[in-house]
Amino acid sequence: MGADPTFTFPTIVRHTLGNGLRVCTIEHRSVPVITFSLQIEGGSGADPAGREGLAAIVADMADEGTGSLTALEVSDALARIGADYDVDVGGDVTDYTLTTLTRFASRGAALLADIVTRPSLLESEFMRVRQMRLDRLRQLKDVASAVAERTFLRLLYGSHPYGHLAIGTDASLRRVTPDDVVSFHAGSLQPSRATLIVCGAMSHEELLHEAEEAFGGWSSVAGDTAGAPPASEVAPGSRAVTTLAVVQRESAAQSELRIGQLATRRVTPDYPALLVMNAVLGGQFVSRVNLKLREEKGYTYGARTNFDWRRGISPFVLQTSVHTASTADAIADSLSEVAAVRGMRPPTDAEMLLAKASLTRGYPRGFETAQQVARSVAVLSMYELPDSYFEEFVPKVNAVTSADVVAAASRHLDPARLTTLIVGDYSAIADSLRSLNLGEPELHAADF
Amino acid sequence: MTSLDIDLPFTKRTLANGLDVIVHEDRHVPIVAVNVWYHVGSKNERPGRTGFAHLFEHLMFEGSEHYNAGYFPPLQQAGALLNGSTNADRTNYWEVVPTSAIDRALWMESDRMGYLLPALTSQRFETQRDVVLNERRQSYENRPYGMVMMALSAALYPPDHPYSWMTIGSAEDIRAMQLEDVQEFFRTYYHPSNASLVLAGDLDTERAFELAEAYFGEIPAGVRPQRVSHHAELSGEQRLVLEDRVELPRVYIAWHSPAMFAEGDAEMDLVGDLLANGKTSRLYKTLVYDMRIALDVSGYQSSREIGSFFLLVATAAPGHTLSEIVERIDEEVGRVADQGPTAEEMDRAVAQAEAHFMYRVQTVGGFGGKSDQLNAYNVLKGTPNYFVADLNRYRNARPESVQGAARHHLRLDRRVMLSVIPRGRPTLALAGSTPVTVS
Repeated sequence: MGADPTFTFPTIVRHTLGNGLRVCTIEHRSVPVITFSLQIEGGSGADPAGREGLAAIVADMADEGTGSLTALEVSDALARIGADYDVDVGGDVTDYTLTTLTRFASRGAALLADIVTRPSLLESEFMRVRQMRLDRLRQLKDVASAVAERTFLRLLYGSHPYGHLAIGTDASLRRVTPDDVVSFHAGSLQPSRATLIVCGAMSHEELLHEAEEAFGGWSSVAGDTAGAPPASEVAPGSRAVTTLAVVQRESAAQSELRIGQLATRRVTPDYPALLVMNAVLGGQFVSRVNLKLREEKGYTYGARTNFDWRRGISPFVLQTSVHTASTADAIADSLSEVAAVRGMRPPTDAEMLLAKASLTRGYPRGFETAQQVARSVAVLSMYELPDSYFEEFVPKVNAVTSADVVAAASRHLDPARLTTLIVGDYSAIADSLRSLNLGEPELHAADF
Repeated sequence: MTSLDIDLPFTKRTLANGLDVIVHEDRHVPIVAVNVWYHVGSKNERPGRTGFAHLFEHLMFEGSEHYNAGYFPPLQQAGALLNGSTNADRTNYWEVVPTSAIDRALWMESDRMGYLLPALTSQRFETQRDVVLNERRQSYENRPYGMVMMALSAALYPPDHPYSWMTIGSAEDIRAMQLEDVQEFFRTYYHPSNASLVLAGDLDTERAFELAEAYFGEIPAGVRPQRVSHHAELSGEQRLVLEDRVELPRVYIAWHSPAMFAEGDAEMDLVGDLLANGKTSRLYKTLVYDMRIALDVSGYQSSREIGSFFLLVATAAPGHTLSEIVERIDEEVGRVADQGPTAEEMDRAVAQAEAHFMYRVQTVGGFGGKSDQLNAYNVLKGTPNYFVADLNRYRNARPESVQGAARHHLRLDRRVMLSVIPRGRPTLALAGSTPVTVS
């Protein structure tokens, strides 16, 4: 194989508008397409206790009518410029992203500004949006992976602001009022709490001009937004760890599994070592967990691990869906793989080479489209990482040693604190679970 | 509105053994996409042997004669992203590699095209059979509404029609497969004259053809398999009901429609947009937004090589019935068939089509990237030179042609209506529905 090709990472130019809005411009010229991505402080972790799901309702309602446009007119305007519009409500921030053709840049920017800064937030639309979300929750009860995701967050975080899905619960959605929506919007959607990323086939000056024209008139609402501290600053309570939990799913063909624990923050200095560890353990097809559970045993269509990164303490999770009859065996193999990477079986030279190479050699691939670049810059903004981050990524990963991986795994993973959750047919697997010696399982309902 | 300057240029040559090679240069990022299509899918299977093409795809990742181990490690070590997929019409495989690793990717692809069988052991075969059975459990059996497409396929097509079964196949057939069947399948379908290779990205065109010749030129041609053809039509309205682990009833309405790229195919795609794509679409606006009798609605033209189907799907909002929903759907379908779309609706649909064609040429590799596009056109249309013509099918559609397609294909007396209902609640189905079982 030849030498790794050189790649020039995009240059980010930073600006601040008069209203305090931070703007990042990035020239990206392969195709006449432009992406605007507005990142606002506060995601589902900012939901007031008892009103879980509020942040997501606000995000959902943003395009349900703005200024003089009705909800259907907003949708029509988006369609007329072929826009790809999406909102992502994370634990810490909410990203509003619009991609369109460069020739529609001004119309796209103006629409996004309308959506974010001037939504109508009508009570009638609120009732409709909330009802749709309640109905969706009802449907999610039948989706094994959704049940697993919801239950696992609650098992790990308890009542912590990260302990719920963005959609909330039936009870919490019913408590949300139209006034909650208006005040949450006013408190959180302010230029001083936002970063706009503009990436497309124009010069930095032109990109900045588009941002200025659309967002320059966005004025800061008076009033303090402090309220509750950000979710990332709330320490998870020192709860007793649930070792084994089951959500009954009668005659399920498979058991949906989650095995994990709260680990560390995204900004840990161990981040590169943990990335490599994850690649060895479960981050890619050839990782230990997938090779064992899928390629050696045939228990599953696939198994993987990942860190669900947030600004605050983030979970490490192994997830898979296995044939009901193989449930206990698959759990035993998974637990032993997680334990082994802490020292019993440190990554071999070959595994280290493979993990690092796949992380570093494939890195430029993530900078092909305007949307990909905007998303990468949004990550820098969210974690306040330096602009040199992209350039430093490869050398930092390459510097990780097998001993670093073992040390990082020992610091952040503790087999005694792992929680195993099964969404599956308990009556069919109860006997086999005893062989795991994890104690009697906690039984949970598929509540939403 | 001015037309977009949008194109997907390429150079195509065919090697002596029949392998089509297509090259597209794009130097923006130092990566190259390798994309191979084999013109075989589940429609080349026969009853009792379903699920074969897809299980075979799994085996292509388990090693070949000169690299007798898993396909992933050497490529992931080179920084590649890779995958494969099977549908009714074709099987595709792709890698996106740093420019420096192009030789490795081509070596690996050529070895499994030419020399797979010596490495295929019964143990590998049996493990992947279990993996596929688990894929079936995960993606179909254990998922709400997961068995619907099996029931619909069986209702739309007679049992000997190759679209009457799903690509995943029946669990019984998968269990019954033998290693010898797999070997026979490879010899029939996996060879250069039934394949098409695209190289797209950061490489010189002439160099790309030299590499293709060097790695693939020696593989024996094989016999080009016979093309599959089959006809199907519905003689009336068929009403079916399927019980599932779901909370809310949902109705699926399916019609036969023109094959991929055939006359009326793009129009039916536009009918799908008009009826059910986005909040401004007619069914969304009526059923979900205004009347709130449905929780969601979707619809699309599912274009396939020897015949397509057009599908509308709506889930009843709590307290509402499927028959209320179907009544409105029939009204809206009738309105499109009688009056066609408005000029405004056409403008919007074409603007969206143009934008989406542009978004499709943002990446060189992966599912749906430029390399996959070129192969789709080459294999299913017979020439890679179809990108602009494809877009023009949408630009040239007229309100009358869209109306005509809807009137011709969306007949209320020639369709399948499938009610999916919570277990034990048969009264929630449309009146006169016959129970179906799928496993």
